[in-house]
Amino acid sequence: MLFGGGRKVEFKDPDQKLWMDRMGEKGWTCPTWPKEYGGGGLNFEENKVLQEELMRIKARPALNSFGIWMLGPALLEYGTEEQKMEHIPKIVKGEIRWCQGYSEPGSGSDLASLKTKAEDQGEEYLINGQKVWTSYADECDMIFTLVRTGPLEPKHEGISFLLIDMDQEGVTTKPIKLISGKSPFCETFFDNATAPKENLVGGLNKGWSVAKRLLQFERNMIAGMGFGSAASGSSKKTDAKPTSGLATMAKRYVGEKEDKLNDSGLRNKIIDHDMNSQAFALTLRRAAEESKKSNQGPSAASSIFKYYGTEHNKLRYEIMLEAMGTKALGWDGAEFGPEELAITREWLRTKANSIEGGTSEVQLNVISKRVLELPQ
Amino acid sequence: MSLVLNEEQSYLKDTARDFAKNKTPVSHFRGVRDSENPECFDREIWKEMANLGWSGILIPEEYGGSDFGVAGIGVIFEELGRTLTPSPMFSTAVVCASLIKEAGNEDQKKDYLTKIASGDITLSFALEESSRHSPTNLETTAKKDGDSYIINGQKTFVLDGGFADFLIIAADTGKGTSLFITNKDAKGIDIKVTPMVDSRNAANITFKDLKLSSSDLIGEESGSDQIIEEVLDISRSVISAEMFGGIQEAFDVTLNYLKERDQFGAKIGSFQALQHRAAIMFSEIELCKSCVLESLTSFDEGSNDIPRLASLAKAKIGEVFHLVSNEAVQMHGGIGVTDEYDIGFYLKRARVAEQIFGNVQFHKDRYAELTGY
Repeated sequence: MLFGGGRKVEFKDPDQKLWMDRMGEKGWTCPTWPKEYGGGGLNFEENKVLQEELMRIKARPALNSFGIWMLGPALLEYGTEEQKMEHIPKIVKGEIRWCQGYSEPGSGSDLASLKTKAEDQGEEYLINGQKVWTSYADECDMIFTLVRTGPLEPKHEGISFLLIDMDQEGVTTKPIKLISGKSPFCETFFDNATAPKENLVGGLNKGWSVAKRLLQFERNMIAGMGFGSAASGSSKKTDAKPTSGLATMAKRYVGEKEDKLNDSGLRNKIIDHDMNSQAFALTLRRAAEESKKSNQGPSAASSIFKYYGTEHNKLRYEIMLEAMGTKALGWDGAEFGPEELAITREWLRTKANSIEGGTSEVQLNVISKRVLELPQ
Repeated sequence: MSLVLNEEQSYLKDTARDFAKNKTPVSHFRGVRDSENPECFDREIWKEMANLGWSGILIPEEYGGSDFGVAGIGVIFEELGRTLTPSPMFSTAVVCASLIKEAGNEDQKKDYLTKIASGDITLSFALEESSRHSPTNLETTAKKDGDSYIINGQKTFVLDGGFADFLIIAADTGKGTSLFITNKDAKGIDIKVTPMVDSRNAANITFKDLKLSSSDLIGEESGSDQIIEEVLDISRSVISAEMFGGIQEAFDVTLNYLKERDQFGAKIGSFQALQHRAAIMFSEIELCKSCVLESLTSFDEGSNDIPRLASLAKAKIGEVFHLVSNEAVQMHGGIGVTDEYDIGFYLKRARVAEQIFGNVQFHKDRYAELTGY
């Protein structure tokens, strides 16, 4: 699903490389980023057209990475001119793949208590400590981190945002094996690692603002996951007959009678899920239209995206498993189809959706307090 | 379709909000209920609504209306739904006005639409025949007899059927469904009013050898099935907007209560057990809002997904109205189940409104069929 590029990339086929290179040259991997940094320079409407065209020709994603989703937008807001010129074009072209170093073993929901330290050594910083849940760290070239630069300051005011090259002796990674059997996350260790001074983003001890902004990008990204195949919220008038990905798949496993899915209980669950997919997609679109109209940030509606999107995606896989029966319970081997095995693993992977980037409970707290203004 | 209101629609919504706040707050509904007025609405208020042009919103300008569209009337219903404003507007100005507009001949349009727009007449649509919405395979029949039709059958849950000046009857004419319009006082019509749990009127109506002339036929003989379906979708969308208004008000009132009520030395809204349920309701309400807007604007902007969007709105809003009205009562505790407090009205309205032109399950099933499973 994810294709992140970078120095260590292995292309599945030559077309994948060609597609990434060509899209990257036009800046269409990051269509709305400014042209001077290699982006596409498209406005909201132009990008909408581009996305619709890409969907129409069923193009595979050319490149998607944490650089595109999170670091790039943050650099465009907080980076210096030199930092933008240095890092953004390489994100656009897929030359450098980035990972995120935020959480630590003792700092999960309470992120600001982090302890990894960066000491001023004149020309560079000396970094020591440990990060955890660093996605794809073992496949990445660079890491954007939160480090403690002000050990005596109050906890939010002693944190800086630092970019570190992972291709050095002082940085090691160790994959964490998840219940899915896969290792999308790593532990990352810094043992006298170094980073040049110019890699500090947003100012000394000012990293928390960058971090919070970046978390918003991350939550939006996670919320949007898993909706590629869900019912569309498109405003476009099409003649295509509406279809349901879940129902089409379920029919293959449980059969149909007079065009209706042959399991009324399962059918009802799919209906609920499809309706909510469409309602959610419409709400994503409404939030975009509202923020465009008011020229302000995200509307109240966007506070629900992380919570609702991830819970909804988990449910989608629960329903798929129910439809597939024992076919969804294989772990390995040629007796199961590759797609079936992938769904099983992905089902397990979705369990982290409502934990990473702030748990569902944290999101509900945020809605209660910030949007509904319920008392503390 | 557009998911933000245009200027015209925003203006209508603001006007309706002011009207509901000043003329028909929930105390107005309570007053009508307590007056035991069997019509269940206030004629003076209805006149004021018509004077604002609301009864003519779906009617073309040449017949005295404003032709502001389904979204225009929908946003008004949303505001009226907040305060449970009782009126004959839904049956008269949405359902029956649309039937005549879509199927009627020039004379019928001139006659009826003009009077609907001016607020001079009320109408009611006699469609349902059983306790669950079933718009096809009607048992009420209309048999041709020379230049006349003889109508026999029984209708139920006829909204405003007890007192509307005219009835539009859906009847089987052998090869399909036909629509007829008649004065409610015609010979052969027996109306039994059925006061409902939400304090609105509906009726069971029996037709026994009701004789109507062919000029009372609206549209082609046996040719109205498609038009009925289209008008039902408009009506479903608009009633969803009304229900969505009720959802928002019940939620807002409850949220205020959570911020005011002290127990255990704290505002109950500070308890996480209630906060998370409120946040979940808020999420569902945001989804409902998108469904209602998309459905309302789909008619005016020419979508080819109108039936599915109407079913999405009606099912989703029906379900969330139950969630929110039940939670509202529970979170109010003891006073939530007293008649003196308004919150119980929403619980009752949710149940009746859900049944109008298809309950939640009807529309889920229809949504799936339209999606190919």
